[in-house]
Amino acid sequence: MAAYTEEEFAEELKNQEYKFGFTSEIESDKIPAGLNEDIIRMISAKKQEPEWLLEYRLNAYSVWQEMTEPEWAHVKYKKPDFQAISYFSAPKKQYESWDDVDPEMKATMDKLGISMDEQKKLTGVAVDFVMDSVSVATSFKEKLGELGIIFCSFSEAVQDHPELVKKYLGTVVPTQDNFYAALNSAVFTDGSFCYIPKGVRCPMELSTYFRINEAGTGQFERTLVVADQGSCVSYLEGCTAPQRDENQLHAAVVELIALDDAEIKYSTVQNWFPGDKDGKGGVFNFVTKRGICHTNSKISWTQVETGSAVTWKYPSCVLKGDNSIGEFYSVAVTNNFQQADTGTKMIHLGKNTKSTIISKGISAGESQNSYRGLVQIGSRADNARNFTQCDSLLMTDKCGAHTFPYIECKNNSAKLEHEATTSKIGEDQIFYCQQRGLSEEKAIGLIVNGYCKEVLNKLPMEFAVEAQKLLAISLENSVG
Amino acid sequence: MSKILIDIKNLHAEIEDEGKKILKGLNLTVKAGEVHAIMGPNGAGKSTLASVVSGKDGYEVTEGSVEMDGKDLLELDPDERAKEGLFLAFQYPVEIPGVSNINFLRTAINEIKEYRGEEAVSAKDFMSMVREKSKLVELDSKLASRAVNEGFSGGEKKRNEIFQMAMLEPKVAILDETDSGLDIDALRIVAAGVNKLRNENNAVIVITHYQRLLDYIVPDFVHVLADGKIVKTGDKSLALELEEKGYDWLTTENA
Ligand SMILES: Nc1ncnc2c1ncn2[C@@H]1O[C@H](COP(=O)(O)OP(=O)(O)O)[C@@H](O)[C@H]1O
Ligand SMILES: [Mg+2]
Repeated sequence: MAAYTEEEFAEELKNQEYKFGFTSEIESDKIPAGLNEDIIRMISAKKQEPEWLLEYRLNAYSVWQEMTEPEWAHVKYKKPDFQAISYFSAPKKQYESWDDVDPEMKATMDKLGISMDEQKKLTGVAVDFVMDSVSVATSFKEKLGELGIIFCSFSEAVQDHPELVKKYLGTVVPTQDNFYAALNSAVFTDGSFCYIPKGVRCPMELSTYFRINEAGTGQFERTLVVADQGSCVSYLEGCTAPQRDENQLHAAVVELIALDDAEIKYSTVQNWFPGDKDGKGGVFNFVTKRGICHTNSKISWTQVETGSAVTWKYPSCVLKGDNSIGEFYSVAVTNNFQQADTGTKMIHLGKNTKSTIISKGISAGESQNSYRGLVQIGSRADNARNFTQCDSLLMTDKCGAHTFPYIECKNNSAKLEHEATTSKIGEDQIFYCQQRGLSEEKAIGLIVNGYCKEVLNKLPMEFAVEAQKLLAISLENSVG
Repeated sequence: MSKILIDIKNLHAEIEDEGKKILKGLNLTVKAGEVHAIMGPNGAGKSTLASVVSGKDGYEVTEGSVEMDGKDLLELDPDERAKEGLFLAFQYPVEIPGVSNINFLRTAINEIKEYRGEEAVSAKDFMSMVREKSKLVELDSKLASRAVNEGFSGGEKKRNEIFQMAMLEPKVAILDETDSGLDIDALRIVAAGVNKLRNENNAVIVITHYQRLLDYIVPDFVHVLADGKIVKTGDKSLALELEEKGYDWLTTENA
């Protein structure tokens, strides 16, 4: 089978007829604010879920009620009022017309080189374009179907593949794992589901970008990726356009399962609304992401985080199987009054397990950027190895960078290496670039991208290009 | 008569925060096709002159003017000065980890071209330019694809500066102690490179405190910068005299 190219997409896009009458239905679908058992039953009923899933939600709700919001992270924010949130509504603001879209946001998208049509799609303006993409997605799905790959919304998976969902849901991130995970388990509305059958190498990057119904998943997203034995998949989450969202709280859960000899690469570029220059508004992003690695398998997380007012996120790997490998490559940028507390956990349980952590924090403005990492070596994990490199780059004198590396080692054969650096962006470097003809902004962009290169190199090509532009944009006027 | 490329008049500059006066009424005129050497004791203000002319932060010009090819440089941002054709070979070139020399230069060249309303250079033309120009200073082509100055030896850094100069083809190049830390072979290579880049339309200002470089890059004028001013100007023979007598006779004579 020939690879499905972007050109083919574009061609098909042109040839698609519009199908109307989809989005308006969703828009009218709202549940009153507040959280109680009835609301959860209502969500489940609206989604026509099986009984076991309702039970799962109700159990999560009662677990959540017993929990308290964690306070250990190095972030400060006003706690959300959980009773003031509507748990089932179109979570992204749909603009009435193109004129209503924030000009600042349009300008940013222009800089990213996103076409007008694409911009409209991303801001949810042009319904027809949305519909168009759904049909594109359908043909995309057919191609995958030939290989037995399932890639659909979480809701669809519940309807069409309940046995798979039931088997794996909550096996990596159990309900009681943490406050936000419990909340998500009770009220998640939608997300993505992906299953790669035994021995299949997925021939293309799977991206939620191609699945426009993802636009309706927002607040409490639930994602489950299962790579069966010997399979291989690269999954891209989100897209690099700025997403301005009225919802303050995002609490997603992502679970990855790599069965024996399988490989999952999960890349994220997160660019939720970070709040304005004075620190007003912005998304709280409290995400639980974790993968489990069976024998000889590998999970690799790559993230570029530039958005959100408050980020609390630790994509982790449980290296259960012998010889399994976990990787975490991260760039986290904070500017103005943003706060990020992010890092990873590598839990080594199997023998000869290996993990690599490369974290690049960049703080600007008056922001606070923390790396928090745990490397845990279990007593049976003979010859486990970890390499951690944790770099912080400061753009101003008012921002902060913090690192909290934790190590728990119960096996003497482990080899652990940790390197950490903190540096201030060099005025000399900037001047050097300027003297060669680069504007200050270009210079900063170049220096920062160089600093993040090891991580950006891990992203799929197209993503990496956009991520580079995004980094430059997030740091405009940021040196001081 | 060839045209004036650099015209510095009565330049006074001080360190911004401390108010420490470094340049105290400096005059210098450089015409197209000329090579000027600026010599002087350590701490005289030679690097400060280069910094002020190229627009580095941290200095305040309190009096005087600097024009390049008729344009008021002091009005322009550092990158605009570069785009107008000013090049500074740094005394201490910085490292930029993760950014390849090639990517760096291509970005720079295209920025400059855009400023001048010219078309961007194609990848192919750019690469043949890299090959050609790196030969000029015998820079290992592997260095061209490595990160800017990262892990370069002192001599490689200096050669890389001249390589960049060759790529950017400036109107006016200021070489700030490009000879320091170079052994005699590297010095010859660097000087030969500079000589090949000289022509009747550009000018080179060589800052040095050894006359040995001037055996290879032969200057039309030699100036002595002491206590923030040009205290003496002569031809090449002045450099030899300085080598022999040092600078004291000039500074005391002037005091
Ligand atoms: N940024 C600065 N802050 C404080 N003093 C400076 C700074 N730059 C230069 N100076 C001082 O200015 C004087 C001239 O320095 P410089 O121009 O580097 O001399 P040269 O290059 O001739 O050796 C010296 O006394 C030096 O200490
Ligand atoms: Mg000097």
